[in-house]
Amino acid sequence: MSPLPFARRRLLVTTGGFVAASLVRPALAQSQWDVLRELLFENRPVQDGTGLIELETPTRAHDAALVEVAVKALVPQTPERYIRAIHLLIDRNPAPRAAVFKLTPATGSASITTRIRVNEYTPVRAVAETDDGALFMVERFVKASGGCSAPASKDKEAAYARLGKMKLLEPERFRTGEPNELRLLISHPQYSGMQIDQLTRNWIPADHLETIRITWNGEPLVEVEADISLSEDPLLGFHLQPEGPGELRVEAADIKGRRFVQSWQLGLGS
Amino acid sequence: MIGPAIDRRALLGGFAGFTAATLPRTTRAAPLPLVEVAPGLFVHVGVHQDFSPGNRGGIANLALIVGGEAVAVVDAGGSPAQARDFLEAIAARTDRPVRHAILTHHHPDHVMGAAVFRAIGARIWGHARLEAALLDRFTTYRAAMERLLGAAIAGAEPVPVEESVAVETPRRVDLGGRVLELRAWPTAHTDCDLTVLDTATGTLIAGDLLFLERIPVIDGSLLGWLRVMDELARIPARLVVPGHGPASAPWPEALASQRRYLEDLAAAVRRAIARGRSLSTLLAEPPPAGDWLLSSDDHPRNITAAYKELEWE
Ligand SMILES: [Zn+2]
Repeated sequence: MSPLPFARRRLLVTTGGFVAASLVRPALAQSQWDVLRELLFENRPVQDGTGLIELETPTRAHDAALVEVAVKALVPQTPERYIRAIHLLIDRNPAPRAAVFKLTPATGSASITTRIRVNEYTPVRAVAETDDGALFMVERFVKASGGCSAPASKDKEAAYARLGKMKLLEPERFRTGEPNELRLLISHPQYSGMQIDQLTRNWIPADHLETIRITWNGEPLVEVEADISLSEDPLLGFHLQPEGPGELRVEAADIKGRRFVQSWQLGLGS
Repeated sequence: MIGPAIDRRALLGGFAGFTAATLPRTTRAAPLPLVEVAPGLFVHVGVHQDFSPGNRGGIANLALIVGGEAVAVVDAGGSPAQARDFLEAIAARTDRPVRHAILTHHHPDHVMGAAVFRAIGARIWGHARLEAALLDRFTTYRAAMERLLGAAIAGAEPVPVEESVAVETPRRVDLGGRVLELRAWPTAHTDCDLTVLDTATGTLIAGDLLFLERIPVIDGSLLGWLRVMDELARIPARLVVPGHGPASAPWPEALASQRRYLEDLAAAVRRAIARGRSLSTLLAEPPPAGDWLLSSDDHPRNITAAYKELEWE
C-alpha cells in the first residue's frame, strides 16, 4: 500500500540550526516563532498581514515532500507602493527559511507559488516586506511530516541527467499592461543532506539551488534565495506586467557553484 | 478487559476501537484464516483498513504455496505478530518446512513480518533493488508502525535479501515437483515490484502490481505501471492473487479496473497541465476516484505523484 510520510523527528530535531538556537535559551520558554523572528528580523515589529497578503496551503498534505503553497497579494505592485520581498518560513523544518522572494514593481502582482517540503506538523508563514521596510505576516498550520528526509524520487544518475533543465509555463494569452502569471520549473534534485543514497548507503550531501534571478528585458523582476525546504524540481510561480514583448531570462545557481541560464521571448505574435 | 481467549478473527474483522492497551501482550492468536484458491495455494485476505492495533498491520493479501518437499510464502505480513499467526495457519495445513519467503516489494504491510520467517530458516527472495529500498526506509517505517500498531510490531527487523531477482532475468524456485517463476519488474507500483507465477496451477501472485477494491497507490511511476501492466497481461495465467482485494480473480480480466483508474488519472492530470491548472487547483477539484475504497487520502496522493511525473513530459 502506501509509502508512509512519517517523520524521523527524533533524528532531525537535533540537526536544525533553528532548534539549536532554541535550546540555548530554554528558560525563556519562547515559542519557536519568537526565536525565528528574532533570528531573521531582529527586533523589527511584525504586523498582522491580513488584508495585504493571503497564504494558501493544504491543511493536510498528501505528499510531505511536495506541498504546493501560494502567497496571494491583495494589493497591486506599483512603483509608489510595493511588496519588495516575501519570506516563506516553515517553523519546524530543519532549515525554517524556505525561501525569500525579492520582487520588483515590474511584476504587477507580488503573488507567488512554490512547492515545499514539510518535515513535521508546523505553522507555515509568509512575511511580506513592503518597500518602506515594514513587515506583515500571515500563517497557516500544515499537517505533514517526513518531507525533508523522504527518499529522493529518482536514482541519483537520473536526477542529475536532467539537472538544470527549465520549463516555463506561459499563460494562454499574454497581456500587456496587466499581471501575467508565469510558472517556472527548474530540474534539480534539491538534496537536503538528510537523504540516504540507495546504493552506497551514505548520506547524500546537500545540493540545492541557492539563487534564482529573473530579469525582464535586462531589468530585475524576481530574485529568489532558496534553501533545502524547496521541493525537488523547484516550482516558482510569479507575475510579469509587461509594456510589450520582450525577453525573460532566468539564471539559477546552486550551492555547488553550477549556473543554469535560459531565456524566452514573450509576447511576440499576440 | 479482553481475556486471552479473544478471537483473533473478530479482531481482524473488526477494528480500530481496539488499542494496544486493551490487547494483552500474551494473547495467543488463532491462526490466520486461509482460503485455498487453487490446489495447494492458500491466500489470507487482508482487511481494507488503515493500519491499527486491531488489524496488526494485516491489510495486505498473503499467499502460501505447498510443494512436494517444501512450502513458500509470498509476503510476510504487516507485523511479526501477524507473521506468527500466519506460521500457525501454515502448520495447520502442512508439515513441510517453509523454505522460502518471497517479498513482492518494500511496503510495510508486506514485509514487517519477514524476520519471523528468516528466524525459522526461510530464504528471503526479492527484487534486486529490494534490499536497498528496505534499508532506506526501515527506520521510518518501523517508527511509524510502532505508533500505529503498538506491541504487534515488536521484533520487526530488516532482513537481508539472500536471493535477488534482476529485471531481465526471471528465476525459478522448486518446491519439489512444483515450480514458481519469479519476475522482477521495472519501476511501477514501486521501484522493486516482483511477481510469482505458480506454474502448477496457472496462478499469478501479483503483489501490489494489482489492486482490486482498495485504491491503487503510486509510489513508483504511473506511466511505468501502465507499461508493466501491458507486459503482465501476457503472462499465461488463469487466476491472479492481487496484493489487495479478494483472494483471487480471473486473469487477465482482473487488470481492467486498475487500468481504467490509472489511465483516467493520467488523462485528467495531463489535461490539467495542458490547461495551466496548478497542482493545488487540481487537488481542490480532483477528478473522480470512482468507487475505490480508502480513496480519501490515496487518491489525492496519486494525483500529486502523477502531476509531478507528467509535468516534465
Ligand atoms: Zn504496496
